[in-house]
Amino acid sequence: MDLLLINWAVFTEKLILIIAVVSGSLVIAMYSTYAERKVAAILQDRKGPNRAGPFGLFQPLADGLKLFFKEEIIPNFSSKFLFILGPCLAMLTAMMIGAVIPWGNMLHFFGRNISLQIADVNIGILYVFGVVSMGVYGIMIGGWASNNKFSLFGALRAASQIISYELAMGLALIALLMVTGTLSLKEMVGQQMDSYWNFFKQPLGFLIFLICAFAECNRTPFDLAEAENELVGGYHTEYSSMKLGFYLFAEYINMFLSSAVMVSLFFGGYDIPFLNDTALITKIGVNWVTIIQSVILFMKIAGFLFLFMWVRWTIPRFRYDQLMNLGWKILIPLSLFNMMITGALILLKQNHWHF
Amino acid sequence: MSVTQILFWFLSLLAVGAAIGVIASRNPVYSVLWLIVVFFAISGHYILMNAQFLAIVNIIVYAGAIMVLFLFVIMLMNLNAEAEPAKHLYLKMAGLISGLCLLIVFVAALSGSAEAKNVGQLGGSNIGLIKNLGRALFNDYVIPFEISSVLFLSAIVGAVVIGKKE
Repeated sequence: MDLLLINWAVFTEKLILIIAVVSGSLVIAMYSTYAERKVAAILQDRKGPNRAGPFGLFQPLADGLKLFFKEEIIPNFSSKFLFILGPCLAMLTAMMIGAVIPWGNMLHFFGRNISLQIADVNIGILYVFGVVSMGVYGIMIGGWASNNKFSLFGALRAASQIISYELAMGLALIALLMVTGTLSLKEMVGQQMDSYWNFFKQPLGFLIFLICAFAECNRTPFDLAEAENELVGGYHTEYSSMKLGFYLFAEYINMFLSSAVMVSLFFGGYDIPFLNDTALITKIGVNWVTIIQSVILFMKIAGFLFLFMWVRWTIPRFRYDQLMNLGWKILIPLSLFNMMITGALILLKQNHWHF
Repeated sequence: MSVTQILFWFLSLLAVGAAIGVIASRNPVYSVLWLIVVFFAISGHYILMNAQFLAIVNIIVYAGAIMVLFLFVIMLMNLNAEAEPAKHLYLKMAGLISGLCLLIVFVAALSGSAEAKNVGQLGGSNIGLIKNLGRALFNDYVIPFEISSVLFLSAIVGAVVIGKKE
């Protein structure tokens, strides 16, 4: 009975952690839709949603109910299985990124140290890339299965945009990996707690990564996949009811988790700024420090989410050729340049700043 | 059976079943999707052998990039089952026989060699981890590695030349 040799304590703690991360990202994505409308309202000098509940706080629930109660239409000539698989894949790949992000240091309960990271795999950030590259399929399958030319166009536009910007994102990341020397997100955060945040070591890399993250999430100014004035409605033209909701929701989950990735990579993750964490642990105990760290992490993520929304309501959309020019002719050479400079500086440092 | 063995058999059955799906499905889009399932099963095998880097690179490069290009082409050409010309029966038979011959050659070549036994024992070792792989690539095999990178560069240049307008 080797099957029962699973360590049940680890199993339950990981299960609880997975449930917490998944439901947490769902709730945060839900309230990002509310935040987005409020931010849009403030930037455009309006009031925003204010009818459902106090300050319109129940608006996301009302939206969700509306999507659930709408009629569900599956086009006659579409392949039904793929039509349903598309939004499921989009949602699945959006959620999977949360597995490698360190949400805090560790909790000490029942005599056990519980790490607040679901899986500390030694290829951490490459796993994120693998999942992101899978995200294209949700869009492409959905667009193709709709059996509609406009959906297909939207899907192809979205897919080629994501593939193009993945390259620049990877190259920007290589420079960062040269600095950190590890792929594990937890180790990266640990390094940033001991010294400066990676943002100060890789400002150009961060800028490229940020732009690519906007493109990967299909957010304005790169939301050409659903440019209403050129295409009918992008790859989800034929979708209705909650399947459309899944696509829209996956975008917000992607936004939340890519903010979490950027915070972990460049802004110290759960590091409390201007504070020595180890000294704090001896003063108030591990559990409290971890809780404070997680709150700090979520505040940083909220800052990035605000940036996403701010940009959406201030910068107009690119034209498609401008998008491709920016990706291939500016960002990729720039990230190669960044990589060379970083490599030269690292070599110089190893040589104690002598040529 | 231990968990590893159960996973091994599950992944193997998945890989073989999906590979049959690739050639059996009438719609080329479904074929590509089955092929992606095959790549995932093979990546699972890599993880069982403790070669996490190979597993994730297999997913990023093959399932994430090359298969997307396949899908692009197939979706744009709009290949449908009706448009496919019917093949002769003996053409199919010839394909079957030559495929089986290739299988026999592979099995004969691999079953006797020492490499096959090493692969089976890889599970306990750390040779597939990125640190060891990088050391091996940049110390023992640095010249083949650099030559293959030159090959890639020339392929990129060739693609740009072909894609350029006259």
